Amino acid sequence: MTVLVRARDVRRDYPLDGEAVHALRGVSLDIERGEYLAIVGPSGCGKSSLLNLLGAIDAPTSGSVEIEGRNVGSLGDREVTAFRLHHIGFVFQRFYLLPILSARENVELPMAEAGVPAAERRQRSTELLRYVDLGDRLRHRPSQLSGGEQQRVAIARALANRPALLLADEPTGELDAKTGREIIDLFGRLNADGTTVVVVTHDEGLARAARRVVHMRDGQIVHDEASSG
Amino acid sequence: MRFVLALASLRRNRARTILAVLGVAIAAAMLLDMVMLSTGMRESFRQLLLSRGFQMRLTPRGTLPFDTEASIPGATGIAARIRSRPEVDLVSAVLGASVHVLRGDSTVTSFALGVDPRAQGDYELAAGADALAPDAIVANEDFLRATRAKIGDTLRIAAGYDPQLRSHSGERALVVAGRARFLYLAAGQLAIALPLRTLQQMTGAAHDDRASLFMVRVRNPSTVKEVSRWIRDSFPAIDVISTSDAMARVDERLSYFRQLSAILGAVSLIVGFLLVTTLVTVSVHERTGEIVVMRAIGVSRLHVVQQIVLEGTAMTVAGAVLGTGLGLITARYLNTILSRFPGLPAAIDFFLFQPRDAWTAIGLLTACGVLAGLYPAWRAASLPLAHTLREEAVA
Repeated sequence: MTVLVRARDVRRDYPLDGEAVHALRGVSLDIERGEYLAIVGPSGCGKSSLLNLLGAIDAPTSGSVEIEGRNVGSLGDREVTAFRLHHIGFVFQRFYLLPILSARENVELPMAEAGVPAAERRQRSTELLRYVDLGDRLRHRPSQLSGGEQQRVAIARALANRPALLLADEPTGELDAKTGREIIDLFGRLNADGTTVVVVTHDEGLARAARRVVHMRDGQIVHDEASSG
Repeated sequence: MRFVLALASLRRNRARTILAVLGVAIAAAMLLDMVMLSTGMRESFRQLLLSRGFQMRLTPRGTLPFDTEASIPGATGIAARIRSRPEVDLVSAVLGASVHVLRGDSTVTSFALGVDPRAQGDYELAAGADALAPDAIVANEDFLRATRAKIGDTLRIAAGYDPQLRSHSGERALVVAGRARFLYLAAGQLAIALPLRTLQQMTGAAHDDRASLFMVRVRNPSTVKEVSRWIRDSFPAIDVISTSDAMARVDERLSYFRQLSAILGAVSLIVGFLLVTTLVTVSVHERTGEIVVMRAIGVSRLHVVQQIVLEGTAMTVAGAVLGTGLGLITARYLNTILSRFPGLPAAIDFFLFQPRDAWTAIGLLTACGVLAGLYPAWRAASLPLAHTLREEAVA
């Protein structure tokens, strides 16, 4: 296996009322291609901050984050946006689908941004929605889908440009237990098919499904273990 | 995709979009009307002055046409001398006077123009024949209505009235030969035209052959200045008002209208700008989460800005197009009111539609729409992603 993500002595401070809040205090982490990693820990321990840095939507105060050998912290806005578009897929707790677009159009959005021709977009979005078992919901708007279905559309959207890394922030947080299990199964299937998956979660079931679990506390990694997952 | 997204965003809040478009349409209508008002009256006046091709008006020194009762003696000789210039195509001597139509115990007072019907530039014949015979007149609709006369009728018309003796002078029996539309007269003003010599005889101006005004047409407009200079030098008692001189005077008198229309036009632009800015800002604020997620999944800042600006522009263009129609309707209505303005020729249009005006109004508003969307769009596209996502999650 090759290293896909390499974080070295990453620190992230946020100003709050004139003082610095240390969200991350020197985190170092390697993620290999094809891994399924869960980041767990109590609220406020820095899980989401770390995920934002791994996803290049935030830059570290110090230290470095390399994804596919590129130091994403040193990229300008235009470059880092293009990098996210082509290399990283995001799944959010609250799905964040565009309510004005159908399921298929939502999946097509990152491909349109990447300049994929319309016919190819249509074909791939249909395939992806079939992959997440929504082949019969292509034209449905988010408001016509259940929470679990919306999250599956969001996962299909995250996969649209064949990212090297799929990041998910509490992807089962808004779902009931049964639907949550379906999403956990879907992540397992995605990883089995070769996608590198990193999830931030409080969900023990989702953490157990991962093959590696990183425990955080007070902005630091306190335990890094292989899971039976 | 950006265009689809922009239209879909507008459709999402249909009622708000419709209200915004209506608001912009009203601003556009007002802007168009103001642009039309600022240029229309001037252009309309210019077209009126040139409608019969006469580029110069000759008046008694220090007066404007028919501003006073002053007149110029020796009209036939002056006209002949001016006509002798090779550059000159046509000279029309005109005498203006009040006349009274005697109808039993009552009289109807009217304005009369003594002209050479073959060279006149004051009216257009609408029906019947021109006043070629010495006892023939042409009259406008208002005159015919007031005197209950029709073409072919003979009327007793006097040129003078002595209030002490209560008697009329210069009385003649004149035949209504035709109906005419007078170009320079105010709405509702009664008017007739008759041969210059006849009116001179009736008013007593015949013995020294007086005229109130000469209109001169040159073959080549580039010679106007040269001919004007020659007339001024040759006839010191005459003022020459060329079309450009008249336009300069009109500009001076219309400066109030232009300032007013510029201010009101600017106000409507500002209103349109603020309306679109407010609506785009509200719309963007409601969609902060969506916009940040779009940025997070890799949609460029430029494309987010383009999409939001497109929304503002689409609203503005729709409003501007609708407003153009609305502006034309209101301009027509306002024109009918303002055309009754006393002392102004009825043929003057305050709101003269010129395609350039419509393009100006639409162009200005579209530019406003683009500018109005830029700031909220740029702000939204520049939000810190991680921080905003965290805030959205907490919210």
